[in-house]
Amino acid sequence: MGLSKIWVYAEATPDGGPTSLTLEILSKARELADTVECVTSADGGPMAEGLGAHGATAVHAAGGLGESLPGPTMAAALEGLMGSAGAPDAIFFGQTYEGRDVMSRLSVALDQPVLTNNVDVVVDGDTLVVEEPVFGGTKNVHTAFRNSGVKLATFRPKSFNAEPSGGGAAAVSELATGDVGAVGAARVVDRHAEERSGPQLDEAAVVVAGGRGMGDAERYQVIEELAKLLGGAPGASRAIVDAGWVPFAYQVGQTGKVVKPTVYLAAGISGATQHLVGMKGSKHIIAVNKDPEAPIFSVADLGIIGDAHKVLPALVEAIRARQ
Amino acid sequence: MKVAVCVKQIPDPALPGELDPTDNTLKRDGKLILDESDSYGVELALQLVEAAGGGSVTLVSMAPNNEVSGLRTALAMGADDAVLISDDALSGTDALGTAKVLAAAIGRVEPDLVLAGVESSDGYTGTVPEQIAAVMGLPSVGFAKKIEIGDDGLHIERQTELGYDDVVCPMPAVVSVTAGVVEPRYPSFKGIMAAKKKPVDQVTIADLGISADQVGWAGARQEIVSVTEAEAREAGEVIEDDGEGYQRIVAFLEELKVI
Repeated sequence: MGLSKIWVYAEATPDGGPTSLTLEILSKARELADTVECVTSADGGPMAEGLGAHGATAVHAAGGLGESLPGPTMAAALEGLMGSAGAPDAIFFGQTYEGRDVMSRLSVALDQPVLTNNVDVVVDGDTLVVEEPVFGGTKNVHTAFRNSGVKLATFRPKSFNAEPSGGGAAAVSELATGDVGAVGAARVVDRHAEERSGPQLDEAAVVVAGGRGMGDAERYQVIEELAKLLGGAPGASRAIVDAGWVPFAYQVGQTGKVVKPTVYLAAGISGATQHLVGMKGSKHIIAVNKDPEAPIFSVADLGIIGDAHKVLPALVEAIRARQ
Repeated sequence: MKVAVCVKQIPDPALPGELDPTDNTLKRDGKLILDESDSYGVELALQLVEAAGGGSVTLVSMAPNNEVSGLRTALAMGADDAVLISDDALSGTDALGTAKVLAAAIGRVEPDLVLAGVESSDGYTGTVPEQIAAVMGLPSVGFAKKIEIGDDGLHIERQTELGYDDVVCPMPAVVSVTAGVVEPRYPSFKGIMAAKKKPVDQVTIADLGISADQVGWAGARQEIVSVTEAEAREAGEVIEDDGEGYQRIVAFLEELKVI
């Protein structure tokens, strides 16, 4: 125990409760500090129980931001809270759109450094040392904060286990947000959700992912079919999301989802660093690729050197014949 | 319409990366190339200026040893000119320091719009665009997958966890764009020849009014204390598909009781 207080930047699911990433980070934060509190742009009420059960004593909630983007508004609100309630030793954010934007704005306002993409953190004397995987996860870089003042860090999904502490609901208080002027001028005028059926990509026990080697968007359909047959979720490499074959919600990797299923089947994916960091924590990995030199084979338990759009249809037929 | 595009010149990602043994930072002393994830911002800037009926695209980059090869690639695509900040004092500069330097250089250009990639392919901190906006006191929109100019400002589709948001933002503003926002053009031979003569304004931090203690290792206020080998995944069985390769997958899925 080296720290007295950590704030965890909590985010809500569409149902209003805390995201699993929030609970993972909370579980770690309470090992490191005497007191852990949450701050959120969302409603505090629906989150209070889940946050409390994972170690937060209080949640400072803005109760929704309306049309505003979170960066400028929430950074100003946190700065205000630090003024009235005192600064914590550290603020932990999820490696998310919102976490990243708010932390970036806050780092400038406070003139404090940031460390992102972390998967672990330890207290060392009066500072924190965070761990970030580099070179596709083959090496880990350990970096110590050397600033006086608040330590700002983001953490990747599934870095820690979310474990209940047995605590009661967190005390909800209002986080004051004000008009931030011109820097907050961007307005959200409409929101679109991309529909998908079956289990969530980052919660599925089986993930079947396709990449450029599938050939084209039409031939990617066999990925959806196989995922459905195995009760899993379809995934994709960044290349085919960028190419517009599938929506962004399918993307596995650095800028997409981090997945750790029991079985990950990668078809026509070469295994760029960007992709590997999102899936190499999977329990079992199967890869199908026609390039024997593809980096994906270095992490695969079973590798098939061959055309993905020949192997997969045959696989679908074989599994179907058994059922 | 004046657009400034932040571009990073990075070690070729196709080559194995190396850490400098003295300070454990990424080695950047070899040839640097244009970060592919910045080529989208360059292309988009060219398209927006054309749609606006004219204007200019200025590249802004910070790199060691007055490196310009990546800038020449983007100039060959059609950008008009570039500002390059190169200074020995910048070695070790972190994301916040980088944002301060880039913001100072962008301020001299006085653009209507600042574009950047969402994160670089080598360091991928992913905070610099939003930090630049904060330093400059501008609004910002991250993760844009589509941008158009309307009467009331920028109309942006911004990626979210669930899908995307439609965002309207007045200019000037900072926008970070995803790969895939547009298809970057290949430089033509004519473009490559023209790029050699396009102006690159080389400046130091003193030119930007930034003192050495705000940047470099002193300004970063963080220290890499160790680098360790990650637990390696053992590579398993790899076989050539002879037309029956799928059966091996069936057997493996059976072993795991998935089917």
